[in-house]
Amino acid sequence: MAKFRGAIVVDIERCKGCGVCITACPCGVIELAKEVNGKGYNYAFMANPEACIGCASCGITCPDGVIKVYKKAL
Amino acid sequence: MGELKLMKGNEALAEAAIRCGADAYFGYPITPQSEVIEYLSEQNPYERTGMVVLQAESELAAINMVYAAGAAGKRVMTSSSSPGVCLKQEGLAYIAGAEVPCVFADVVRGGPGLGTIQPSQADYFQNTKGGGNGDYRNIVLAPASVQEMADFVPLGFDLAFKYRMAVCILSDGAIGQMMEKVVLPEQKARLTEEEIKAKYPWALTGRKRGTQHRVITSLDLDSARMEEHNRHLQRKYDEVTKNEVRYEMIDCDDAEYVFVAYGSSARIAQKSVQLGRAAGLKVGLLRPITLWPYPTQAIRNLIDKGVKGFLSVELSCGQMIEDVLLACNGRAKAEHFGRVGGIIHTPEEVLEAMKKQIIGE
Amino acid sequence: MAEITLQDIIQPENLVYEKSKLLTEKPFHYCPGCGHGTVHRIIAEVLEELGVDDRTIGVSPVGCAVMAYDYFDVDFVEAAHGRAPACATGIKRVWPDKVVFSYQGDGDLAAIGTCETIHTCNRGENITMIFVNNGIYGMTGGQMAPTTLVGMKTATTPYGRMPQWPDGTPNNGFPLQITQLLAQLPGTRYVTRQAVFSAAAVRNAKKAIKKAFQNQIENKNGVNFVEIVSNCNSNWKMSAVDANKWLQDNMLPVYPLGDLKDNFEIIKK
Repeated sequence: MAKFRGAIVVDIERCKGCGVCITACPCGVIELAKEVNGKGYNYAFMANPEACIGCASCGITCPDGVIKVYKKAL
Repeated sequence: MGELKLMKGNEALAEAAIRCGADAYFGYPITPQSEVIEYLSEQNPYERTGMVVLQAESELAAINMVYAAGAAGKRVMTSSSSPGVCLKQEGLAYIAGAEVPCVFADVVRGGPGLGTIQPSQADYFQNTKGGGNGDYRNIVLAPASVQEMADFVPLGFDLAFKYRMAVCILSDGAIGQMMEKVVLPEQKARLTEEEIKAKYPWALTGRKRGTQHRVITSLDLDSARMEEHNRHLQRKYDEVTKNEVRYEMIDCDDAEYVFVAYGSSARIAQKSVQLGRAAGLKVGLLRPITLWPYPTQAIRNLIDKGVKGFLSVELSCGQMIEDVLLACNGRAKAEHFGRVGGIIHTPEEVLEAMKKQIIGE
Repeated sequence: MAEITLQDIIQPENLVYEKSKLLTEKPFHYCPGCGHGTVHRIIAEVLEELGVDDRTIGVSPVGCAVMAYDYFDVDFVEAAHGRAPACATGIKRVWPDKVVFSYQGDGDLAAIGTCETIHTCNRGENITMIFVNNGIYGMTGGQMAPTTLVGMKTATTPYGRMPQWPDGTPNNGFPLQITQLLAQLPGTRYVTRQAVFSAAAVRNAKKAIKKAFQNQIENKNGVNFVEIVSNCNSNWKMSAVDANKWLQDNMLPVYPLGDLKDNFEIIKK
């Protein structure tokens, strides 16, 4: 049982769908959406929110700084 | 009261920089102006006023140090000679586009290329018509004495900061190397950080929290904004043209024929005027002090007053003559007389040229 | 145990990461996945953490990062191609108490600006130099850079960079080990090579950049030089994720990560 639960909030309109956050995430939380944002990019989203531990690996590797990371101790 | 000294033109320029409170000099040695950086290094102005002196790795590096330090609100200058000024043109175009104040001296030698180390005035085009890319101007001051080498440094800084643009002191090997009496001004203090921040809100001094950060750049990819920026520069140049034309007239009141000459050529042409007057010729001398903006109107006024012809006397194959012709616009005769390769014309041959080419004997 | 909802987690007191407030609201113009954005982010975080935003002056290059000044909420001057180290020198000499940094790519720093780079490092200016090496000219469309790998295809080496012809006749030359070269100069205090392709790499890179600024702020003389081996997925013609993989497999063997010099001492490997 994880001691922490995390969550991310993606600034969808600024996401360029590069996928770097997906490889950075150790827990397989993130995927690219089937939908696109206003610039035509398949944006990142939390596909498996329960798996997020709030480690912020996605946030610190995102080249565009579009991910906010939250972490709560259980 | 100032201090009377016997100095080389290059040394007077350097000493004037220290005394007018310049913050930095970035330079690179080249004949015939190496005395500027040598004098500054020997004087150690960092001890005297806190002025920084740095020998850069190239003229290119030096002008880019000037560009950025000027963008940071400091009074900075550089100097070089003709081929070195070519290298500085990159930085000068950025300085013009980004509206950075600075002073640079060109102690001109003969060209093209390495040319010669002897005096020349063949950098007239290079400095008055641009030299870097784009539509821009630099104010060009032409000293004709060691005194003016000193006087034009504080004047140059005043103009540079008034209009946020580069000011060129266009000298030549003769003025730079010769020794004359010069009255040096009292030492002025360098501006403090508070003074710079108050006087120059555009200067990069670190953005105050809660205020907009500042950017000094010549780049803007937005076409409409870039067009407006260019229009703004042109309006500024119009303002400079309106306010800052400087020249000297000698014996022009009743003159029928006028020599137009600047710098060392003007010193010789002044003697030619005396020789001509002694021979009963109504000749005078117009000495442009600003080569840009050019004293176009002064020439037109002389034509209105009855001057029939002008001889542009230059140490070049004919560069300033183009501005004289533009000023005359066909209303008076104008021709060029010049010596090059390091040969300096004699007063006699200058007068002879006036008689032959303009007066027509 | 009570069910915990996303709403419970996404609360201001639980925020553990967001981009630095020293970045402006302007979206980066960089291609998706480009390392420039990550490097910008780290620099902004470091400047914010060090609290020097009100006395920092940055120098942006010519290249993809030419408009870096739009993204950092600090004063900036835009340099001519390759001249950023000269610009940084000029500012630092007249404002020794300001925090001055240059930001350059490989073409800017190691080709057209090699002279300024070497002499600025050799004088030991008390500045921070950030060098983003992606082995290619990005802005102009993917031409060969001094750091392009042997065999690497670019717009000007369409058959791969070939340093010499088989008979030894000179051709494209060799990848320039500029960072190693700079480490040899007595004027460099801290020289390090980092990357931003993974979370671990980003953490290390941030530590290095922080140190490179801290040294300057503490008025320790000498250049603090940080190379970031980065990607250019657009001109490498691959996805961002593949580019980061390619970088690890191909760039890092030639440009290995780690400190090259610290406190003026070359680190022996």
